[in-house]
Parts: sequence; C-alpha cells; structure tokens
Amino acid sequence: MHTQLSHLAALEAESIHIFREVAAEFERPVLLFSGGKDSIVMLRLAEKAFWPARVPFPVMHVDTGHNYPEVLDYRDRRVAELGIRLEIASVQESIDKGRAVEETGPRASRNRLQTVTLLDAIQEHQFDAVFGGGRRDEEKARAKERVFSFRDEFGQWDPKNQRPELWNLYNGRHRKGEHIRVFPISNWTELDVWQYIADEEMEVPSIYYAHRRRVFRRDGMWLAESPFVTLLPDEEVNEITVRYRTVGDMSCTGAVESPASTPEEIIVEVAASRVTERGATRADDKFTEAAMEDRKKEGYF
Amino acid sequence: MELLRFATAGSVDDGKSTLIGRLLLDTKQIFEDQLEAVERTSRDRGFDYTNLALLTDGLRAEREQGITIDVAYRYFATPRRKFIIADTPGHTQYTRNMVTGASTADLALVLIDARKGVLEQSRRHAVIASLLQVKHLVLCVNKLDLVDFDQERFEEICAEFTDFAAKLDVDDLSFIPISALHGDNVTSHSPNTPWYEGATLLHHLEHVYIASDRNLIDPRFPVQLVIRPMSNDHHDYRGYAGQVSGGIFRPGDEVMVLPSGFKTTVAGIDAFGGPIEEAMPPMSVTIRLDDQLDISRGDLLCRPNNAPTSTQDIDAQICWFNPERGLQPGNQYALKHTTRNVRCRVQELLYRLDVNTLSRDDSCSSLTLNEIGRVKLRTTQPLFVDEYRRNRNTGSFILIDESSNETVAAGMVISTD
Repeated sequence: MHTQLSHLAALEAESIHIFREVAAEFERPVLLFSGGKDSIVMLRLAEKAFWPARVPFPVMHVDTGHNYPEVLDYRDRRVAELGIRLEIASVQESIDKGRAVEETGPRASRNRLQTVTLLDAIQEHQFDAVFGGGRRDEEKARAKERVFSFRDEFGQWDPKNQRPELWNLYNGRHRKGEHIRVFPISNWTELDVWQYIADEEMEVPSIYYAHRRRVFRRDGMWLAESPFVTLLPDEEVNEITVRYRTVGDMSCTGAVESPASTPEEIIVEVAASRVTERGATRADDKFTEAAMEDRKKEGYF
Repeated sequence: MELLRFATAGSVDDGKSTLIGRLLLDTKQIFEDQLEAVERTSRDRGFDYTNLALLTDGLRAEREQGITIDVAYRYFATPRRKFIIADTPGHTQYTRNMVTGASTADLALVLIDARKGVLEQSRRHAVIASLLQVKHLVLCVNKLDLVDFDQERFEEICAEFTDFAAKLDVDDLSFIPISALHGDNVTSHSPNTPWYEGATLLHHLEHVYIASDRNLIDPRFPVQLVIRPMSNDHHDYRGYAGQVSGGIFRPGDEVMVLPSGFKTTVAGIDAFGGPIEEAMPPMSVTIRLDDQLDISRGDLLCRPNNAPTSTQDIDAQICWFNPERGLQPGNQYALKHTTRNVRCRVQELLYRLDVNTLSRDDSCSSLTLNEIGRVKLRTTQPLFVDEYRRNRNTGSFILIDESSNETVAAGMVISTD
C-alpha cells in the first residue's frame, strides 16, 4: 500500500476541499474565468470537486475588449463542454456608461479599469464568493494574502487586517454587500500548474505554445502588434517565434521568445527560467514596487 | 515528489530572512528580476550588502517600517521534495502568526544566534510548535562564523535546548550548525565544521520521514456536501464529498454515521471520473454508501468500533487573536470544527499558560491578544472530536466573533474524557 501522496495530489486535494467549502457555505459563488492557464486549472478542479454533478456556479469573464481571439474561442468551447453559464462583464460597457474612463497615450491600458467592471458585476449579480486563480508565488503582496480573502462593501482588501487562517478551517462569514475572494490554488507554483496541465492532458489556448507573431520591443518585453496599441516613434515590428507565459489584456501582456510547443517543453523551460512570469510578461506590475498591492487594495483580482 | 510544509520562526536579527533567502538562492528559486529589484532597493537605501530580507517583505507597510507583519508563504523544490515555507515574523503578533504558520506545518525550524544562545523567544517558538503538534523540530544554530565555528559553543547551546525541550511534546529534535550568510551547512557541508557529521539543513528537509505523521489509524470523514447530480446519466447517484481526516476508507468497510449512529457499508469511493480503491488523508473524495440514509454536511463517517467522542463539552487549549476584546467566561462565539458550524459559550477559563516558562496562571480572568489558555466550552450541538494530539483535523477548531465576523481564536482539544 502506497500511502504518501505526490505533491500535486496533495495540492489538488487542498484545492478541491476549498471549492467544496465555498459551494457548501455561500449563496452565490462565481468563478473568474479568462481562458488563461490558471483559470483553466481552476475550472478543472471545480469540475473534479463536484463530479459527477455539474459545477454548481457560473463563471465570469471580465472582458477588456483587448483579447486574443484564440483565448476567447477556447473560453467559449470549454464553457459549452461543461454546460455552465458564462457571464461577461465588459470594460467597454463600463466606459460607455461613464463608470470608467479610458486611459490615453501610447501606453494606455484597460488593465486597471477592470477593477471597476469587476466590482460593478459582483454588486449587480450579488456574488458573495468570487474564485480567483491568484497564486502566492506570483508576487510579493499575493504571498501574504489569505485563501479566503475578505472584501468590504467597497470591494477593498485591507492587507493589515486579515483574518488568521488555520488548518483547513476557512472563515467565510460576511455581511450583505461584502464578499470573499477565494484563491483555491494559492499554494501552487507556475511549475505546478504546467505539470498539472501535462498530467491531466488538458488543452490550453494555442498562444501558450510557440507560434510566429508580429511583435515589437517595449519595456524589455515583446508586445503584440494589435489595434489596441500605438507604436512609439522608435519601435519596430518584427515577426519572431514567441509564446505567452501569462494571458491578460493584449495591451500590457508580453510574449517571450520560445520554441516550446508542448506542456513538457514548457515545464523544462519554466524550471530553467531565471525570470518570474510577471517580471517577464506584465507591464502592469512594473510601475512600482507596490503596484499589485495598490491594485488589490482597490479591489483588483 | 512529496510535499513538506514547514514553518520558520526566529527573533529579530537572528538571520531568518537571510536563511530563507539562502535556501531559495541555492536551490535556484530566486529569479533575476526579483534579485535585481532587491539589489536596486538595497542600493537606494544605502545598504552595504544586498538585503535578502527584502525578498520576503511583501507589503508596503513592511518595507516602510523594515519589519515583517504577516505570515508569508514561499515555495521551492528540489528533485526530491516540494517545500512550502510559512515564514512567520518574530515580533509583532508573534504568537498569532506562529500559531497560524505551525497549524499546517510538518516541521518547524527555529533559529538561534550562536552568540546569544537560547533566548526567551527561541523557547517560545519551540513551545508553540509543540502545542500545535508539529512533530519535527529543527534548531539551526546560526551565525556560527561569528563564534569561529566553535564546536563547544554549539554543543553548549544544544545541551541547554535539549534540557528545555524535555518538557515539550516533540518527537524529533535536530540541531544543525549553520551560517546563513555564508551558506555553511545550508545546502552543502561546510569545511569550517569538520566536527559536524550530521546532515545539511537542505538534506535534512529533503529526507525527514513524515509519512507516518498523518493519522492512518482512526477513520474519520467529515461530510462537506452531498453530491446529487440529478442528471440523466447519474439519475440515482448520491455521494458524500469530503476530505479524509483520518484513517483509511475502502469499499466494503463497515461505517457508522454520526450523529445518527446508523451503520452501513461503503459501496464505493469516487474521485473524478471513476472509482478508487482506497482513500486516506488528505485526499478529497466522494463516498457512496449501501443504504439510503439521511446524511448532510456536518455529519461524520467513522467505524462502529472506532468513533470520535460526541460531546457538547469541549476541553481545549485556546490561542487568542483579537486585539480589541478578550476572552472571558460567559462570552459566546460561533465555532467551526471540521465541517460543522455551531455556537458555544465559554464555561470556564482554567488557566493561562506562560509560553516562556510553561507555568500556569490559574488566577487569570481573561485571555488577551496572543495569550494561550485552557478553557471549557459548551456547544449548542455535539461535536465529534478527537484529542488534537491524536488527530489534528478532528481535534482543531476556530472561534468567530459573531458581531465582527473576525476569527478570534484557534482551539485544540486537550482531552475528550
């Protein structure tokens, strides 16, 4: 009899436990699903947690309008396969309604505007638990966030006043209007996510694998040529072989040069990588040392 | 590859952050962009050396004040194991943070400055690790370079700590002489300590035997939710989802359901996609039973001849977390134990434990922030409990203040008599 679980089996068991606690104790949970690799793993874990029943909550995509078509295509297919409801919270609608103001200039991004759209959608649908795919290895502020992360009526996170979290006992109590962000894969690393994708033989959007793309260099990253970004005078577009390590708003997510075209090749690449995924590919985290912390306090993912 | 969770604790300036930085650096877990950011900040602040502690300080307030406020989780892996470090700060809110970090830890790592020897704080960390039933304790005697790698000094500290640890409930105690700053005995053997024949810290973390730390003896399965697909493919399916909290469950096992006391047998155990042969901690599975019984969240499956104690009177050790209001006899709280939510009243505060001396103050009338004490609670409904030292899952609970919804205490069941 083999009684020791592999690290991935132990992480999976912990995550499934978290999904089930939320399903049991909350009225209106929702899972944030972008079609990115973390949310793909999240949706698989949710599928496992309730099998053979269906996932008992809808998924929501906060749509900046600046999407990779391959990712949207994947999102729609996966949602149809599971027979679950997809809510789309649109940043464009928030702008049209005057709830958010579009940034201007060549570095304009809708990344920060997503917070307004997300919080409005949470309020509109009265979601009381919002599953996110955040991982503690991603970023320093996230390393200190709880699995059940309390948000006040303004959707704000108060990092200095977090509930102690012990054993596998999660405190999801909140008043009406407040909600809990839940991070079931807090303890997973980027490598764990890819190993899981490989083990489970899961499909991910094709842009995670090597492909030819027209890109230009900005802030040390390869950004894709798209209608959503304006080139600066000295920027030049070249076609090279790249893949994405993270999938976010097209205007602020960079690609990395890579020939990796299978999960196994990506695992080798990630294991040898000397730069974090956010450092390599996210302009949104490069502004200040506390960029993520500040956005999270406002209610960001 | 196995998972090992460990908690680190240390006093201010004993080099804990440096040690973690060293472990991450030597196992190649620190990335260039992280190191660059830390080097840049160190230069900007006028430090002479790269302050690895900056790697672990995540929040603005922590960087501003140069202190660590909250538990931070770090990850690294070697080909043998994956590690999760709960890095707990040594000063503000030390007990609360240490208790939190230790609650899920297999091993606790306590740092001692070789020049200063065993301090009050080192003893306190060991006491908390022991109270939380962390089975393996590793004492790193750090800054050995500053005492010229003196074997006698190392042995003196070991002897003093061993005397103290005899009073604790620790199964496995190890001592490692290190210099976190220079890397001696952290990931490779140091030429400076030819007299030390034990393992390096990393080797110890990779090899310490943890497989028998889980309770595989007493079958315990708190029901989290009932799975009823109500679909055409699985019309009559009814399964009980949960995480195994003790023992091993197999199809055909006779089980008893609490609180009803009904007996039935396990028809099958499902994980995603199909049946499995056995389930043990910490697996999350779904159990099907032979009989249609009225079972819901908060119920527990066990064996007819091996059941936890069903009781409304809880005798427990409590660690108090709330800075505003203390715990006093007569107070009422919400209590969460396994998948069961009840209310309780504090019947009696028996004593407060001095975590430095282990002495008991039975004249106290309340517990305040960071204090640990023994209480008797009366719950609105029975809980199905084991002693915490026998089972960390069925022996632990949290208390929640119903007006603020804050988690105000962690509890460990002492006795079920």
